[in-house]
Order: sequence, then structure tokens, then C-alpha cells
Amino acid sequence: MLSDYQSSGKKGTRDGFGDGLHEAAVKNYEVVGLCADLTGSLKMNKFKDAYPERFFQVGIAEANMMSLAAGMAIGGKVPFTGTFANFSTGRVYDQIRQSIAYSDKNVKICASHAGLTLGEDGATHQILEDIGMMNMLPGMTVINTCDYHQTKAATLAIAEYEGPVYLRFGRPAWPMFMEDKPFVIGKAIHMNEGSDVTIVATGHMVWQSLEAARSLAKEGIAVDLLNIHTIKPLDNEAILKSVGKTGCLVTAEEHQRNGGLGSCVANLLGSKLPTPQELVAVNDSFGESGKPTDLLDKYGLSVDDVIAAAKRAIARK
Amino acid sequence: MAEIAELKKIASQVRRDIVRMVHAVSSGHPGGSLGCADLLTALYFNHLNHNSSFNMDGKGEDLFFLSNGHISPVWYSVLARSGYFPIAELSTFRHINSRLQGHPATHEHLPGIRIASGSLGQGLSAAIGVAQTKKLNSDDKMVYILMGDGELQEGQVWEAAMYAAHYKCDNLVAIVDWNGRQIDGDTKDVMSLGDLPAKWKAFGWYVMEMDGNDMSSVLSGLQDAKARSGSGQPTVILMRTEMGKGVDFMEGTHKWHGVAPSDEQLADALSQLEESQGDY
Repeated sequence: MLSDYQSSGKKGTRDGFGDGLHEAAVKNYEVVGLCADLTGSLKMNKFKDAYPERFFQVGIAEANMMSLAAGMAIGGKVPFTGTFANFSTGRVYDQIRQSIAYSDKNVKICASHAGLTLGEDGATHQILEDIGMMNMLPGMTVINTCDYHQTKAATLAIAEYEGPVYLRFGRPAWPMFMEDKPFVIGKAIHMNEGSDVTIVATGHMVWQSLEAARSLAKEGIAVDLLNIHTIKPLDNEAILKSVGKTGCLVTAEEHQRNGGLGSCVANLLGSKLPTPQELVAVNDSFGESGKPTDLLDKYGLSVDDVIAAAKRAIARK
Repeated sequence: MAEIAELKKIASQVRRDIVRMVHAVSSGHPGGSLGCADLLTALYFNHLNHNSSFNMDGKGEDLFFLSNGHISPVWYSVLARSGYFPIAELSTFRHINSRLQGHPATHEHLPGIRIASGSLGQGLSAAIGVAQTKKLNSDDKMVYILMGDGELQEGQVWEAAMYAAHYKCDNLVAIVDWNGRQIDGDTKDVMSLGDLPAKWKAFGWYVMEMDGNDMSSVLSGLQDAKARSGSGQPTVILMRTEMGKGVDFMEGTHKWHGVAPSDEQLADALSQLEESQGDY
């Protein structure tokens, strides 16, 4: 139910990563961390201070970091790399492809400052293509978390999971609403039961969609809301079940339309259950400098954009 | 542990394997493979403390990595002949459904391979990661990594070189196949490497030079490099080799980097190489 998800305050998803990494390291002495000169930004200091011998400062050399991590995985370590999402993907795609994905190495690529909500640093750093790049790699698990608690839970979950993972999170302080909620890789969280329209959301757009669903409920529109933290492997069953009930859907993500969650869902529905779909995503554009919320408004990722998309989807039924 | 006379015989057989493998599938890279046949034979039949009943994590073993993955024929031959997989499997090189991919890979689970290589410049970084893991695991064995000299044009190599010196990776020996040639021509013409010993020294490495086509020089060079363990400094061996070594018409040119011999050329090459261990 929507009322189960109230904000208890704000914290960055990256804070969840930092706390999760520390806890994972306490549980498993094989966990090691690598960082390319962004320890503070990635909130890796707690881990670094507790386990200095398991922390490797790499300097500004992301390609080296990815291949180092692959080498550490060979000897049985569970390496977590930390840098911005831009430098965790596009800058090092070939290293990830050959040394990590193709070589099936147990590396956890942890990527902060993803998307428009990075804010003032602008488009050079606001990567909106990373989910697509990582989705295309065979064997890569792709996760995009929605709040502090989910990011912490995901960090702990991927430490236990064997195989390469891309974990995407962000910079801004963001509402916390997922405390004590279960996290299982590849298993969508059904946040609200509704029969009029399905909303499938990931990352920061889960909160936007939650707010949109509350608003739509006041207008008598019942949203079936899925929190899709894992984009690959996608929870096909949960999406098909929901859409089978509602007959239309909205996908919402802080990413390009091409190659992200919306594309993956369309790929599924096109072959299994053709359904009217509206995409809330960035439309083939780079971002720019600005306040996170202003950027979400300008690029069509506001709560009002989700509401309008839901109404368009319903009208197409 | 094989001694010099025996090692030379094995290296000759490895060279026969290389030209036969490349000829059979009309593709592959014979030049650099032939040039490094003495090194890999010395490593696997004499120097490395290794276990041919393969374990991915390699705990308690010396480990070898190949960054210039295109010289896979020499590695596959040496791995097969030192017991990692059946020698007969060399006939599947580069064929469909084979574990012997054009460039080394773990995807088909070929024993002896721990990470894919082929896209150049990544192997040194990975080997450093392995070496640091050995230290974390209190494993006193060594890590060896072979790179091409043309490969040093990749920027990541120098990121890794800086890192290894910073972290005092003294259980790591990097070997550069210093044959002076790459696909498009001589390295001095394609992209000059400049003063290579001075470059590595400036990055904080202990620099050695060795004749990679002289078995006694290779054995003593590897021993000297290994003795540097504990020095607080990584070691690089700049290894002079002749691309195409052992087959006269393949020597002295870059043209056999990635070209397979014809039937007549194969016969000519095999007539120059002793079949000491039996062909596959």
C-alpha cells in the first residue's frame, strides 16, 4: 500500500553504499575496495578507516582500477570498485567487457553520481547511457537503487552474489522510504495494488512515481506500482502479471529512453504481451548544470510528468 | 625440472606446434609466438612452481599471464605439453566449438587461462591485482606477466606501471617482448617507444635486459628477477627477441605478425625445426 512508504528524512543513496560496504566487509574478509580518487564522494571512508589493508587507492586511473579488480577476483577476493557512474562505464567499457564480463569475474562495479541529479557539475558527468551499456554485456547483473536503505541492502546482497554486478546510485539527499524492506536481486517489489495502470520505476524515479501514484489515487486512478531495482535480470513475471491486470503501463527512469529500463520492458512486452507503454525518460539529450529538481522538471522526469504519462497510457487502452 | 638441452628440444617442438596450428586454420599470429617460445618453455618446464591440475585461484603457485593475447599459439602449445589439457586438442585451435579461442579466454574453461586477453594494455593491471591478492593471502609465490612492446603504446600500461611502483609490488615480474615490431611495421616507425629502459626506471621499476632467444640467458634472467622479491620494487625484464625466431624466412620482418604459412612454407618451416616430442 502507498501509505506503507512514507519518507523518514533524506540521505543520499551513496550513503547507503558506504554503510553497506562497511557492513559487507565486516561479514566477509574477502571484500576489498578500490577507489579512483573519490573516496569521500563514494562514502568509502568508513570501510577504508576500518580496513586500510583492504582498501586500494588507485588514483585517477579508472582503466587500471577495473583490470586490477578483475585480477583480485582471480585470487578469491570480492572487489568493489568505486567512482562516478560516468567513469565506471563509458570510460572503461573495454576493460569491463574483456577482463570482467567475458572473463566472468566476481567484481562489483559501484557507480555513484549517476543521472541528472548529479546537478551542477553538468552533462560531462551526468551519465544517462550507463544502464544501456551495462545491460548489453552478457552475464552482467544491473541494479539501480531508489533510496538509502535499498542501496545498503543491495550492497550487502551483491557481496554475497557470485558474478559481475553493476550497482548504480546517485548523489543527492533523497527521501528514505524502504527501511526494513526485503531486497532480493532480480525480484521486483510490489509497492501498491491497482488495476488502472502499471508504473514500473527504478532509481530516484521510484519516489517520483510513488508521489505520482498518491496523487492519481486522489483522482480515483489506482496504480499498480513496481519498484524495479534490478534491471537485469528483469523480473519478467512481475511485470507480465501486473500488465495482464492493468492493460497499460508507464516506465520511469533517470536515463536515456534508448537502452534503459523502458527499452528492456518494451522488449519483453513486445514479444510476450503487447501493451500500450509510455516512457518517462530523457529523450535523446545530454543534461546540463542546474539544481537536481530543476533538471528533473526540465527533462521530463517530474512527478507531474509521471502523472501525465499514466493518463496517456490509460487513454491508449 | 627440465635442463637447458631438454628445454631447447621442447622449444623446437613448441615452434612446430605454432606453425602447424596457424597453418591448419590459415589464421593466427606465428611471428610473436615463435619469438616467445623459449621464454614460455623455460617458464612452464623449468622456472614456475605450478600445478597443471588447474585451480583458478592459483593459491600457492607461481602464476603466468599473457597480455598480448594474440600470441596464443605458443601459450596453448606449452600449456598442453606441460599437462594442462590433451595435446591433441591443439588441432582445434581457432575452430568452432573449441576451447582454444583465437585469443585466450576463460569462457570455454580452458585449463591454464585465468582471464581473457586480446584487447591490449589490460594484462599488467590484472597481474598486479593478482600479485596484491597473493600478499593479502600471505602467499609468497610470484606473478609473471608478458606484454608486447607495441602494447606499451596503450596508456593503461603506464597507469599500471605507476601503481605497481607506488604499492611496491615486488612479487611481480613484468616481461616485455622487445622485438621492435608490430603489425604496421617497426615500432620505431609506427610509434617510437623512445628510451624504454629509462621510461620504466623513471616509473620506479627495477629494469633488467635479457636475450629472450638464448635459453641460458632466459633461465638466469628469470632467476635474477625472482631474487628481487622482497626488494620493495617491481621488476621489468626487457626481453630482446626476434619475431619469427627459428623459421628463417619469418625472421627479420614484421610481415609474419599475423599471417599463416602456405603448404610449401609450412614444409620449409618444419624442415628447420626438430620434432623432439612428437607432433600432435
